[in-house]
Amino acid sequence: MPLTLTAPVTVILGGVWALLIVATAVVWRLAPAPDSELRQRIRSWWLIVALCSLALTFNRIAALLFFGLVSFLALKEYLTLIPTRHADRRVLFWAYLSIPVQYYWIGIEWYGMFIIFIPVYMFLLLPVAMVLIGETQGHLRAAGTLHWGLMSMVFSLSHLAFLLVLPQAQYPHVSGPGLVLFLLLLTELNDVAQFCWGKLLGRHKISPTVSPNKTVEGFVGGVVTTVLLSVLLAPWLTPFSVRDALLAGALIAVAGFFGDLSLSALKRDLGIKDSGNLLPGHGGILDRVDSLTYTAPLFFHFTRYLYF
Amino acid sequence: MWPLVLRLLFFLLIVKPFLLLAVGVNVRGRNRLPRRGPALIVANHNSHLDALVLVAMLPLRLLFHTRPAASAEYFLRGRWRTWFATEVIGIIPVETGGGRPHAEVLGKVRDALAAGNLVIFFPEGTRGEPECLGKLKTGIVWLAQQLPDVPICPVRLCGLGRVLPKGDWLPVPFFCDAWVGEPLHWEGDRQRLMAALVASLGGSPVT
Repeated sequence: MPLTLTAPVTVILGGVWALLIVATAVVWRLAPAPDSELRQRIRSWWLIVALCSLALTFNRIAALLFFGLVSFLALKEYLTLIPTRHADRRVLFWAYLSIPVQYYWIGIEWYGMFIIFIPVYMFLLLPVAMVLIGETQGHLRAAGTLHWGLMSMVFSLSHLAFLLVLPQAQYPHVSGPGLVLFLLLLTELNDVAQFCWGKLLGRHKISPTVSPNKTVEGFVGGVVTTVLLSVLLAPWLTPFSVRDALLAGALIAVAGFFGDLSLSALKRDLGIKDSGNLLPGHGGILDRVDSLTYTAPLFFHFTRYLYF
Repeated sequence: MWPLVLRLLFFLLIVKPFLLLAVGVNVRGRNRLPRRGPALIVANHNSHLDALVLVAMLPLRLLFHTRPAASAEYFLRGRWRTWFATEVIGIIPVETGGGRPHAEVLGKVRDALAAGNLVIFFPEGTRGEPECLGKLKTGIVWLAQQLPDVPICPVRLCGLGRVLPKGDWLPVPFFCDAWVGEPLHWEGDRQRLMAALVASLGGSPVT
């Protein structure tokens, strides 16, 4: 099934590419060394933007495959990082299989199943699989860590894909890809804005034990920037009123901040800096989707409750 | 001829996509890999995937000149497995155990190297406990002594014992790492070579 693309989506996607070209030119000036972290980071951004553009413009199946792949890579990275029990190999295999199933519910637009499959069925079934294997040593830890991973990497991230299939008939200028683009853009730009404001004005650490680089100034600057962007972009991509655009911007900024911190706490607990090396300059895929694990479900329910 | 075509197809259509998608091996120090034969590629051994990863890591043009040394007892069991292992994968069967002279056990490996091939060799002799480096056998020293000009390329593999450990058939996806170390040579000192091998295969990772 083809995705409905509205003119604003095409224009704003073009704007993202233009922004990327400008950013690349700036980075080439700022960092002359060909393998500097900033240059690697921008190279990875090209890959991310290219894949997202393809996923959002091609068709629904391509989009679901893309978001399913992101969930798979994120879950794989998470399971690689945490200690797992040898006895649970088959349980982990079942956990991976929940990804195509979860995205299938989205494909057939079965909201009821989409929203309970992982929180209810996988939550109950995976411990059953563990019990049938019979290893009790470390049971709570294994069941708890596995479910945390499924909730964050599969359940939460899959809300991005469900935005694509929300029925849009009542809002002619709004499309699924538009809502996804809005969420992705604001989440990622919020990360960038918090980073930039922090570098520029950062004085007071906001969470010294979890992420020493985060500052109150960076956080506030990020929230203000994201709210402004939200008000600016909402009329083109969403059905939001001005009030709701303000709220959505604030929600994404605050949720993104805590998603980032939540993954920082996980990495600190495990004693690692980057979650992997899939995206040179960024670290692993978890370092990139951390904010999304919070913004995707919260933005989805905000939008669905108020408009769909 | 047909087995070689099958080897190419097997690696291009099955091994490489599987390793890319289901495993995801991050190779560090790829520029230290040998670009031509003869060369001895040695690695720690935890999984049946180890040899496939090492072959797939090399440039495709070396595919027909790369041969893993593998246990005859395990891989020459049954007609089809023997055919697949020797003809398609191109293993050099090694009869481990029994305390026989090195020349008898590893003669074929030496000949393959002398003919200019790249040989994949696991100095532990067998797949050990997951993610542990077992005791290295002395075969590697004998090979190095026999062919002092052949570079020994150590590769430390990490995580494949989680993907497909000994005694299981179901692979479970995890990201894996491979660190390629500096090439080693026989310099007349058995202890020194062993220490260098242990350091690059099981010691602190080479970045």
